[in-house]
Amino acid sequence: MRGKLPSLAAARSREVNRVAILFMLPAFFFIAVFIAYPIADSMYLSLFKWDGFATVAPSYIGFSNWRRLLSDTVFWHAALNNLKIVGLSIAIQLPVGIGLGYLLDSTGRKLNALKVLWFIPYLMSSVAIGLLFRYAYDPYFGIVKYVAPLFGKTTIDLLGDPGRALYAVIAVICWQFTPFYMVYFLAGLSSMDTDIYEASLIDGATRGQYFFKIVLPILSPTIRNACILSLVGSLKYFDLIYVMTGGGPNLCINGVTTGATELMATYMYKNAFTMNEMGYGSAIAMGMFLIVTSVSAFSMRVMTGKERA
Amino acid sequence: MAKKIIVRSLVALFAAVWTVIAFSPFVFMVFNSFKDKFEMFTGGVFAPPKALRWANYAAVITKGTFFHYVLNSVIVVVVSLALTLLCSAFAAYPLSRFKFRLRGFYNLIILAGMAIPLHVTLIPVFLMSKKIGVYDSLWALIGPYVAFNIPMSAFILTGFMQGIPGEIEEAAEIDGCSRIKTFFRMILPLSVPGMATLAIYNSAIMWNEFSFALVLTQSVSNRTLPLSIWEYQGQYSADIPMIMTVLVLSALPVILAFIAGQEKLIKGMMAGAVKG
Repeated sequence: MRGKLPSLAAARSREVNRVAILFMLPAFFFIAVFIAYPIADSMYLSLFKWDGFATVAPSYIGFSNWRRLLSDTVFWHAALNNLKIVGLSIAIQLPVGIGLGYLLDSTGRKLNALKVLWFIPYLMSSVAIGLLFRYAYDPYFGIVKYVAPLFGKTTIDLLGDPGRALYAVIAVICWQFTPFYMVYFLAGLSSMDTDIYEASLIDGATRGQYFFKIVLPILSPTIRNACILSLVGSLKYFDLIYVMTGGGPNLCINGVTTGATELMATYMYKNAFTMNEMGYGSAIAMGMFLIVTSVSAFSMRVMTGKERA
Repeated sequence: MAKKIIVRSLVALFAAVWTVIAFSPFVFMVFNSFKDKFEMFTGGVFAPPKALRWANYAAVITKGTFFHYVLNSVIVVVVSLALTLLCSAFAAYPLSRFKFRLRGFYNLIILAGMAIPLHVTLIPVFLMSKKIGVYDSLWALIGPYVAFNIPMSAFILTGFMQGIPGEIEEAAEIDGCSRIKTFFRMILPLSVPGMATLAIYNSAIMWNEFSFALVLTQSVSNRTLPLSIWEYQGQYSADIPMIMTVLVLSALPVILAFIAGQEKLIKGMMAGAVKG
């Protein structure tokens, strides 16, 4: 045995590395097999034309699917719909969530029963919510029939009207996810020091001043995280739309028929699993992947950058 | 004083409006589950039921395959949850307590895993499940469920384990405990509160999961509860009260779990909410 004996520190760090990798292994097995490999496989499949049946070999067509994607009005309209959901989700769910969370936090346990009640929408599955609201929105039997007279109409067709369907669905999305942000902000608020409130009272702050000048700034990392969660969640939305509208009703843009509530994920699903276009479906999936990762990476950078400045 | 009253009544109004918004669809669901078709059409959907009619519930529970679906969901959730929690705790241990090579890289993968939309993986996972022969079985769901719930769980558990004092490990090391033993004897038991939170959170997600279940299973006997609702909808298309009954029954377990574990759920979220 020539050379330097390994120092104790080096041996220790080697041992740490070994143990660390051993512990990470199971998690990375799952992530590699079910997340990383499928992304690579999607990229590969997007270069082929294939109906998904094992008996027919996929035929290589280069970047044709990608060229088709770039000029696909339906896909870009779907992406725009996703962005509308992002914008309205953040604008509605977060403020209401903060309001409700603050109300629950400042009243202590008194409103505990309401907390459970307010949280119920988030606990239901999207399928259940989708079906429920399909009936609630029904122009003849649903809740709509009771609300429409307030606007001077006998009834309003929400899901059948291309101009309204997307907003009707977004309202349901907000109904479903606001409770999540309520609890998220409640968690953030309840980890705040109560001394801060007492100190601000002594300094003569009103409740409003306390909320806007102290609570919101302290809560800003939580708000930032909530924005990112909402953004990422809205870009990959699928279940509710699939159940409620299936992407419809039809809408005509520049002579191309598309769905008024079509999203990137529902369009991908239709192509791959209804029309059996695995190749083009994979190209849509990759397009979606690129949009989601770049938008979330960009927004994370912008938001964390603002924090540091 | 007058201003205070105005503010207070505005706050109360806000709370009341939200209560109506959050709860009225739910009331719609429960009320109608007690009616028969004719009562719903004649009495209006918002009228309280004339009597607590359990006939719909009895029909769903005894006649159909409702419990079969529940059992399928329970099997998938229990197996996936156990694997998710175990793998996440394993991964969170070195991430929270060691300085090692590639730690930044591993952290990045965990963060990226949280942002990746599962629909990007849907086609390859579908093809893979056909190739290895688990397509249209409950086993097909477990891999994707575990993989997509690990990132968030590992992330929250990392935050949780960072809060466990380092002296514990030092003492264990001095006593000659290996790192693997330290993990199983010290860190894992101390992380149980964090894992309990994640158990509630993850099981709600898995219980309601729809996309993978839609693509990876096909036959009625291998489907989970969210898809059964979809099927009941076809079966009872005109019978809204019957569908409402299925919806109530499928939402009930998660609502009860939340009522039981709500304090834990909020405490567990604190770690993620503040640090992020």
